[in-house]
Amino acid sequence: MASLELRNVTRRFGDFVAVDDVSLTIESGEFFTLLGPSGCGKTTILRMIAGFDLPDEGQILLDGRDLADTSAEKRPVHTVFQSYALFPHLTVAGNVAFPLKMARRPESEIRQRTREALDQVHLSDKANAYPHELSGGQKQRVALARGLVNRPRLLLLDEPLGALDAKLREEMQVELINLQRDVGITFVFVTHAQVEALALSHRIAVMNEGRVAQLDEPAKLYSAPRTRFVADFIGQINQLPAQVIEAGRSHLRLSVEGLGEIVAPPLQGAKVGEQGVYAIRPEQVRIGVHDEVGELKNHFAGEVRSLLYQGDVTVYKVGLANGATIEALLPNSASGRAQLFEAGDVVKLGWRHDAGMFLHD
Amino acid sequence: MTDSPQLPRGARLAKWLVSGPPFVYLLLFFVAPGIIMVLASFRYPGEFGGLAPLASSDPGTLQGLTLETYAFFFSDIIYSYVFLKSFLVALATTLICLLMAYPLALLIARSPKKSRDLMVLLVILPFASNFLIRVYAWMIILGPQAAFSQTVNGLLTALGFEPVHLLFSPFAVLVGMVYVHLPFMVLPLYTNLEKHDPVLLDAAQDLGANAWQRFWRVTFPLSLPGIFSGSALVFIPVLGMFAIPDILGGTGDMLIGNLIKEQFLGTRDWPFGSTLSIMLTIAVLLIVWLAARLGGRGRRYA
Repeated sequence: MASLELRNVTRRFGDFVAVDDVSLTIESGEFFTLLGPSGCGKTTILRMIAGFDLPDEGQILLDGRDLADTSAEKRPVHTVFQSYALFPHLTVAGNVAFPLKMARRPESEIRQRTREALDQVHLSDKANAYPHELSGGQKQRVALARGLVNRPRLLLLDEPLGALDAKLREEMQVELINLQRDVGITFVFVTHAQVEALALSHRIAVMNEGRVAQLDEPAKLYSAPRTRFVADFIGQINQLPAQVIEAGRSHLRLSVEGLGEIVAPPLQGAKVGEQGVYAIRPEQVRIGVHDEVGELKNHFAGEVRSLLYQGDVTVYKVGLANGATIEALLPNSASGRAQLFEAGDVVKLGWRHDAGMFLHD
Repeated sequence: MTDSPQLPRGARLAKWLVSGPPFVYLLLFFVAPGIIMVLASFRYPGEFGGLAPLASSDPGTLQGLTLETYAFFFSDIIYSYVFLKSFLVALATTLICLLMAYPLALLIARSPKKSRDLMVLLVILPFASNFLIRVYAWMIILGPQAAFSQTVNGLLTALGFEPVHLLFSPFAVLVGMVYVHLPFMVLPLYTNLEKHDPVLLDAAQDLGANAWQRFWRVTFPLSLPGIFSGSALVFIPVLGMFAIPDILGGTGDMLIGNLIKEQFLGTRDWPFGSTLSIMLTIAVLLIVWLAARLGGRGRRYA
């Protein structure tokens, strides 16, 4: 069941089009993420859903009802702000009880639901503390409890993990997933951190320059980006300018200048002679001196330019004959892969014919 | 001041250089006069002002120490009445200032950053001209021939009431008090309101608070420290003010300030003037202590 629907929503600020004809549907109970670089329009969309801003064109429908005439305080939509926006003069319990008080719930219900909400985020022992006495992670939990306590139809989360350190952020990600599953409320999450988006979301809308570049499940976005922007934005990817020289049903043959031919998975709409890029993820690239790499359909000679040892993996930057650099990521623990190369080593690079993809320009 | 013997010699010297001058200043011009005043309140008045000698060879003259002034203060209800009236005037001035200053401070705080400085400048602009001149200006504005009086009395007559005399009345005193002290309320309120994070209002609205609730549940409680400091800055000076009642008030509008001034310049009863001053100081300290206790709740999160 559709919970929230955006129909051809456009928002302009002067000459700048912040949101450009965006249409999307968010399902009930979904963990939906708007992902994109700053200025891509994701926060503007969030503010329009919350009611702090109105679209110039198009409609926003909640459960099929147009929200245009509903002011922010009347929308069954709550927000977790990036800065948490906890009321400094109220205790933790006072903050969590705030939306219930505004909704004029009976005193006994307010007490009970506040207690339940604090239990849910494991902060029962902090009920009487003031926000300035809490750590960043605890403030985050209070903001979540406050947003969820009155059971909104939609919870908007505006870069809520941005202010936390790496370790805490990972913990909170797990907690967010569990919390969303437990309460069953639709989450709309806004972030520029692709790792966060991939880890948390059921579906992600990647935004660029006010438009949705691609809307897909995380694994689809990562393995089958449809544009160069999405490929580049989600994870690391190597890109080589390439031209289609054969477009078959089972494969594409590409020509890379100064390097030779690459066999790639087929792509609908690819025409012979078309220019584009061949893109491949670093973890799909094999590197070695032995013949097993040479047996792969795509293989080239290269020279290790630099390497980054990261513990679990090592990232090699390998120069090719045409001057391009390919990044290859090798796990350090896998058997037979423990071999380390040095900068200056001459190696063989290779990858399977069904790895990587051709992307239109 | 905590003693910190671990500090290197240079830092200790710097500490004294920084805190020394104000310390000496307060000692000379606050503590010493205070002690003199307390001592003076236990003396007899001199024949032509000043104080009677502590010891005299002439048994006919008053000499030594006495509690007479204090007994006198409590023996006549009129002094308690003047104190009470002064408190009421100070309270009314503070409340009116608060009601007038709050919307103004809020307006300035929520204006674009560029125009804020100009508006603050306009608030303090009256200080550019002499205090007495500004109060005398009100004599003209409230005078019976001025347009304001004419309009008010015209309306009153039309409605069937007796015309009133605006100048030399408690009303004129209140107008002058509010006018002079308004900036002292606006500035601390503005300083407080300007620091509020606007995202808190967004959050309140998002969580279901309408404009009214956003003000009473977020803006107002967060501004309590500003209200307390503004109120203290208005209440205390108004309590001791004598120039405004002198100029704008009628003969019956005597406040503590006038009473004290009168003891020193008029009746030349220095000991009684000192007693009144001490009573006023004690009252003000009580109020400050009370306000600090109330305000402490607010300052915890500010």
